[in-house]
Amino acid sequence: MLEQLPVLSLLIWLPLLSGVLVLLGPGDKLLTWTQRFAIAISLVVLTLSVWILIGFSTSTTEFQFIERGEWIPSLNISYELGVDGIALPLVVLTCLINVLVLCGSTASIKFRKTQFVAATLLMTGCMNGVFLAQDSILFYVFWESMLIPMFLMIGIWGGPNRIYATLKFFLYTFFGSIFMLVALIYMGREAGDFSIQALQEMPLSETEQKWIFWAFLIAFAVKIPMFPVHTWLPDAHVEAPTGGSVILAAIMLKMGGYGFLRFSLPVTPDASDTYAMILIVLSLIAIVYIGFVAIAQTDMKKLIAYSSVAHMGFVTLGTFVIAKLASADAQSMALQGAMVQMVSHGLISGALFFSIGVLYDRLHTRQISDFGGVVNSMPIFATLLMLFIFANAGLPGTSGFVGEFFVIVSSFQADWRIALFAALTLILGAAYSLWFYKRVIFGKAANEKIERLEDVNTREKSVLVVLAVLIIALGVYPQFLIDIMQPSIEQLLELSSVSKLGG
Amino acid sequence: MVPYNLMHLLPEIFLLTAGCVILLVDVFSKDLDRNLTYRLSQLALLATAIICMVQFPSVQYHLYERHFILDPMAGIIKISVIFLTMLALLFARPYILPRRILRGEYYLLHLFAVLGMMVLVSGGSLLTLYLGLELLSLSLYALVAMQRHSYRAAEAAVKYFVMGAIASGFLLYGMSLVYGVTQQIHLTDISNYIATNDPNLTLRFGLVFIVVAIGFKFGAVPFQMWVPDVYDGAPTSTTAFLSSAPKVAAFGFMVRIFAYGFIGALVDWQGLLIILACLSMLIGNIVALVQNNLKRLLAYSAIAHMGYFLLGALTGTAEGFAASFFYILAYSIMSLGGFGCLIYLGKGVEDVKSLDQLKGLGRSNPWGGLLISVLFLSMAGLPPFIGFWAKLEVFLAVLNAGFVWLAVFAAVMSIIGLFYYLKVVKVIFFDESEKEDKIVAVRGLRLGLGITSLSVVALGLFPGKLMQLCAQAFEYL
Repeated sequence: MLEQLPVLSLLIWLPLLSGVLVLLGPGDKLLTWTQRFAIAISLVVLTLSVWILIGFSTSTTEFQFIERGEWIPSLNISYELGVDGIALPLVVLTCLINVLVLCGSTASIKFRKTQFVAATLLMTGCMNGVFLAQDSILFYVFWESMLIPMFLMIGIWGGPNRIYATLKFFLYTFFGSIFMLVALIYMGREAGDFSIQALQEMPLSETEQKWIFWAFLIAFAVKIPMFPVHTWLPDAHVEAPTGGSVILAAIMLKMGGYGFLRFSLPVTPDASDTYAMILIVLSLIAIVYIGFVAIAQTDMKKLIAYSSVAHMGFVTLGTFVIAKLASADAQSMALQGAMVQMVSHGLISGALFFSIGVLYDRLHTRQISDFGGVVNSMPIFATLLMLFIFANAGLPGTSGFVGEFFVIVSSFQADWRIALFAALTLILGAAYSLWFYKRVIFGKAANEKIERLEDVNTREKSVLVVLAVLIIALGVYPQFLIDIMQPSIEQLLELSSVSKLGG
Repeated sequence: MVPYNLMHLLPEIFLLTAGCVILLVDVFSKDLDRNLTYRLSQLALLATAIICMVQFPSVQYHLYERHFILDPMAGIIKISVIFLTMLALLFARPYILPRRILRGEYYLLHLFAVLGMMVLVSGGSLLTLYLGLELLSLSLYALVAMQRHSYRAAEAAVKYFVMGAIASGFLLYGMSLVYGVTQQIHLTDISNYIATNDPNLTLRFGLVFIVVAIGFKFGAVPFQMWVPDVYDGAPTSTTAFLSSAPKVAAFGFMVRIFAYGFIGALVDWQGLLIILACLSMLIGNIVALVQNNLKRLLAYSAIAHMGYFLLGALTGTAEGFAASFFYILAYSIMSLGGFGCLIYLGKGVEDVKSLDQLKGLGRSNPWGGLLISVLFLSMAGLPPFIGFWAKLEVFLAVLNAGFVWLAVFAAVMSIIGLFYYLKVVKVIFFDESEKEDKIVAVRGLRLGLGITSLSVVALGLFPGKLMQLCAQAFEYL
């Protein structure tokens, strides 16, 4: 019986419908019950995603758990879901982060809590939809719908400059994606079918590919975000409430990377080849220049936001360096690196934003200079944060190391100069991460309040420990993740190496 | 002479008779609140809609010496126009009650406007088209002027009337030129004439005048000057009506002219419509950015929406007209809902004017805030609301016609548009209110708002059926 369950639909609609239910429900009058309900739903969803992980077969490149239904037959738009090795890790990550946000960060929301819970659930449903959709318009619908809860989340519960930040966030992302919509419609019209597979298989001329490539690039580059369209991210992160920052960093940024892998490479392989060098250079700028920018930050959240941009530079580097690689092994290693980096950054940045939330809840400031000597009053927290900081700096044994290492090694085979610049991150990442840690945790207590700080409570501790365990697990045994995605990556490489011209 | 079978005209005849009867009933009614007139009007509309549905034509009939066309398109437009009007009356009732615009004529004018629209969309010759259009326009002029003691309403009415009369003049002039060249008054004959003879300069000249009149009816730039003033000055309930059903009917008028009469001159009117569409999107969206008056904001957004709407029609294909039809239906529902919200927010006889009055609405009236936000986000074209599918359809239509640049231009314009829609949502949810008071709305208004917002969401999730219906409407081009 369980086999017939539409699991993928449940992953999307369970959180969406329960989000609506929470929104329409009794509101703050029955707050504890609402929260328990939401957490229960999110746990069910997480269980479902883990169940898919167990049932997922790594011996096939086909999409699995496929669901098909009619949606808009007159336009050949269908309700089509499926999961492969690229989407699966991100779906599990989404479901996990959802549980953690609901458990860990609703406490720091001071008003309209039920609406916050509802927004989180709605967003989870939409994000799962983005990763699972096999129809490009369905993909786009989820991609855009997700902006609305995030817009409200930053705008309602955000910091003092929240309105500017949230408008900027919304307009930037919308600006990116509307061109993608035009490109999708254009291709769907040519192919006569809007399914992503049809778009991947259809022939496209060189000019068409160029235009479509740029349309995709704007959408995904804004989302991931790449230099020079990254400027919305620091603003959005700084103003967003902890839960919003976590979702933003852990999952939303991954959608850009996912888009590159799902659309740019296989749909416009020739244009991706042509423009690979531009993308590589932009990625290197993100890694090196944004790394320097991160060092100079005085606001904790901004620092982590910039470090996110630098880390996502590895994802784009790994994705596009394959055009310069000759051997299939090196190519698949680069893509593995990009994927592992996405998952690992989801865990690490989520953990870091949770940690900053912990500090912010206690002192209501994010300025690094307001801290110092936290280790004396919060030893457990300091230990956990140390792990996250090391992971952020890419220390071997943590998940942060694996992705960066893979990308650097494979790009070395393309051009040693690319690898050289990419490897600078080991210095820069260590510099901004460790210096940040030193200023906040060690040294003299900056003021009396810090001496009186209470250490993390059970709720905070459990969230952080879960993330810490996963970061180490992924760092020690990344093979588990790589096994899951290997068939899909090979399939993707095959698609992206075949020219679509003249077909 | 063969006696005509009047059964095909039953909906129109019924509505006309009902209108006259209700007029008499109203004269003898002692009820100051005009409850009876209101109920009878709604009933008459409902009955007309039912007759239309029962008589729904599956093929195209050219009736009464080909002056009257009965086809699926006419049927669907008539039914949708009637339902939109019923919704508009639902909104109008609580608006005019406290303002004492309570003359029975208010409802009756709606009935006659609907009659005009029904004649208009079935017009098979220039004559019937003009007849329907004038019946519609005259009712609308009177509706705008209904609030006699308001200077602004009077100003709006005069403006609307003068501009409308000029537009009608243009239309007549254009039609007479067309008639002069082709010697024909039936659309099919004109179409045949163009197919066999090359359209000469005079004919083109006439066509330009007709396009101007159509541009005026839709409020497309550069014929948009009346839109903000009339939308702002007219009673909100009238604006709600004005911005919905008549646009759908005017779309029917446009299809009759372009697709049935002038399809052979596609190259001539296509260029004109492209200019109208681009200018409307540009001017509408940019001027809307700086509006602080909600009604004017909606007016400029209406101008911009007409630009997107024209994108589908300018392709001249059945698919393009279907896309435009979907767009105009979606827009009518959203716009009706938007003005309905303004009625809902008004307190006593005081209208909601400026954007600032929405501050903190999300907190003081979460339901109202949510409703308005859904409508505005839908207008911005965000999924999962109906506005998204409307945009998708017209984008698809222009891409199919090969105008990639036009689709990109429209996309850029919708980014600009998003900003002011988001600004409204921002004010509702993020700004703190100065005073907190609960809004109490009567049942009819709540029902109307519920219907509009529910259809915006439901059609946003399942647009397939409506799209199919729209495609069906244009099987007989």
